Amino acid sequence: MSINIRDVPPAPVKATPGFLDLSRLNRSVLLAVRSLWLHKLRASLSVLGIVIGTSAVISLMAFGKGSMADALNDIKKQGTNIIVRSVKPSDDSSTGSRSFVVSYGLTFRDLERFETFGDTIGRTVPMRVFPSEVRYLERMQNARLVATTNDYAAVNHLQVARGRFITSEDNRNLTNNCVLGATLADRLFPTEDPIGQSVLVRGHRFRIVGVMDNRMPTGGTGGSSAAEDYNLDIYIPFSTCRARIGETVIVRASGSRSGEKVAISQVVLTVNADFETREGRERVKAVGESIKNILKEEHYKDDWAVTVPLDRLEEAERQQQRFTSLLVLIASISLIVGGIGIMNIMLATVTERTREIGIRRALGAKRRDIITQFLVEAVVQTTVGGLAGVIIGLGIVFGIPPLWNLITGSMLPALLSYWSILLSVGVSIVVGVMFGLYPAWQAARLDPIEALRHD
Amino acid sequence: MPAIVRVVDLYKDYFMGDVTVHVLKGLNLSFDEGDFIALMGPSGSGKSTLMNILGCLDRPTAGSYYLRDDDVAQMTDDELSEVRSTYLGFIFQAYNLLPQYTVVENIELPLVYQGAILTEETKARCVALAEMVGLAERLDHRPKQLSGGQQQRVAIARALVNDPQLILADEPTGNLDSRTSDEIMMMLTELNRAGKTIIMVTHENDIAEWARRVVRLRDGQVESDVRNDARTVVALP
Ligand SMILES: Nc1ncnc2c1ncn2[C@@H]1O[C@H](COP(=O)(O)OP(=O)(O)OP(=O)(O)O)[C@@H](O)[C@H]1O
Ligand SMILES: [Mg+2]
Repeated sequence: MSINIRDVPPAPVKATPGFLDLSRLNRSVLLAVRSLWLHKLRASLSVLGIVIGTSAVISLMAFGKGSMADALNDIKKQGTNIIVRSVKPSDDSSTGSRSFVVSYGLTFRDLERFETFGDTIGRTVPMRVFPSEVRYLERMQNARLVATTNDYAAVNHLQVARGRFITSEDNRNLTNNCVLGATLADRLFPTEDPIGQSVLVRGHRFRIVGVMDNRMPTGGTGGSSAAEDYNLDIYIPFSTCRARIGETVIVRASGSRSGEKVAISQVVLTVNADFETREGRERVKAVGESIKNILKEEHYKDDWAVTVPLDRLEEAERQQQRFTSLLVLIASISLIVGGIGIMNIMLATVTERTREIGIRRALGAKRRDIITQFLVEAVVQTTVGGLAGVIIGLGIVFGIPPLWNLITGSMLPALLSYWSILLSVGVSIVVGVMFGLYPAWQAARLDPIEALRHD
Repeated sequence: MPAIVRVVDLYKDYFMGDVTVHVLKGLNLSFDEGDFIALMGPSGSGKSTLMNILGCLDRPTAGSYYLRDDDVAQMTDDELSEVRSTYLGFIFQAYNLLPQYTVVENIELPLVYQGAILTEETKARCVALAEMVGLAERLDHRPKQLSGGQQQRVAIARALVNDPQLILADEPTGNLDSRTSDEIMMMLTELNRAGKTIIMVTHENDIAEWARRVVRLRDGQVESDVRNDARTVVALP
């Protein structure tokens, strides 16, 4: 055997380490992966907490945001509206003289007083609403009659499918024109074109000038606005209703008949304000309060109600915020638990690899080299765990709703928030540093000779 | 020849609770550059303790240790790492290779801690060293797949990769049979001929015969110090 050291290429000149040496970092990461690979099962079990934490954050955030989004959108559509309704008093004080026709609700005098707000109010939409039969030839359908003005469609975000909606001319001229909701039109005119035909409503003939688009019923999002199904509506001019049908309406309900005398069922007032700004919201609330005060003056009975949807918006937003902070709390706890899991395993690893540390120190490793090594291992673990959690979370967000729909038939809305991905991966990395630091320091602290003697 | 290693009044005590164990008791030794020294002595006489101090892995309780002209006893932990990384090469009785790395990667390791950026050039050097110690066929093997003798060759290659001036070998043949021991000793002799200073601990006289100078310790003190002038060149059986 011949051995000649002189044939070996010379040792490389020592490189001055740069501030951020990517090739070295790259190598540290590679070496860390290699060390972790030796104990694949252990490494993956130790990051399980991180995986579960991140996937939980992403999926819970998405489902939370998804379910909130519908409610928030419904409210946001109402924007700066204030809804004033007539309410049948629960018990008439005049119990003795119970009249057949109950008279209550908003009056035209109220409407006049609302006009004192001037430019503050953009739109005022009065409505008279009651159930009514609608007939066409021998066909008959129970519908909801809505006598209103041209702004109704805009305020309720209704689209006309064909023809047109009620116009201000209709109201000015007291025309007998009407517009049908999508379902109502389908039921009365399964084959014919409804436009131009006449229907019979409470003994009066109305000519159909338009048909509305199909509209999803609003979810009765808590509070006082009930779910509304616009598809069985028939719209007529407000003034025509007042002139032809009058204020007193007889309603048949399960055999019994009852009458009510109501001038205006509901008024929707749109305040000129931007509800995304604080000032705007304050203004809407102020108008709402003024309206309440006016009604308190005008009515001695409790036969009205004022709803400011914006209040519910703020409530819903607060609820969403509470929900988000609760999630963040749960997520932080699970990530901290995950971090402790990592630290636990890392401490065991350091003990187990004491000899390796001794060897590295003998070969010239400084304390900070050892710290770097173990820290990189911890961060690689938590980062991979965090990314795995993101993938699982995305799988849940995109995979569960269709399955849910298939099994239960109901919707499970999910809305992925991109910052939750960044946040959870970022926190995973931070957890790696935080909980890797102590074990790494324990490793670096070892006396080289003690470490080398360890077995 | 100038002294590469010089220890003056070197003491090492171990404190175990209330008991103090005096292991090295005022050693004065000087080793020349290019020499090949065998440290001998009965078990417990302090050979490994001295080697650890010489290897900058441990510090003396009292006394000075000059590596060339630098007083190692005064150095910080980082400076000691620097010295190990730059001037020293270690060969251990238990080989001490890292199990997760291949032969070439094990040889590379001291370069990593020298701050070298690993390139094709550095890799070429590691491969050349592996070939030099007769492991050309085993470059990508892991330590587990190698025999004891082969592992010790990897360790020798690793000790050489940073081109050290001093090689410290604590019982390098302690775990090997006599035939493999002789192969390892031939390598060390070759390295010494090429100019490397080697300090080696051994229990066996026939291993010590490969060295140029034999220092015997007893009870923490130098018992004898002889030059092997009439070196017998042992032929392989
Ligand atoms: N960390 C320690 N703590 C306490 N005593 C120690 C320690 N290390 C070594 N000793 C003691 O120092 C003495 C010398 O030990 P050392 O390992 O240097 O002996 P050695 O000459 O290398 O022996 P061997 O030939 O068996 O390897 C022994 O009595 C041992 O018990
Ligand atoms: Mg020993």
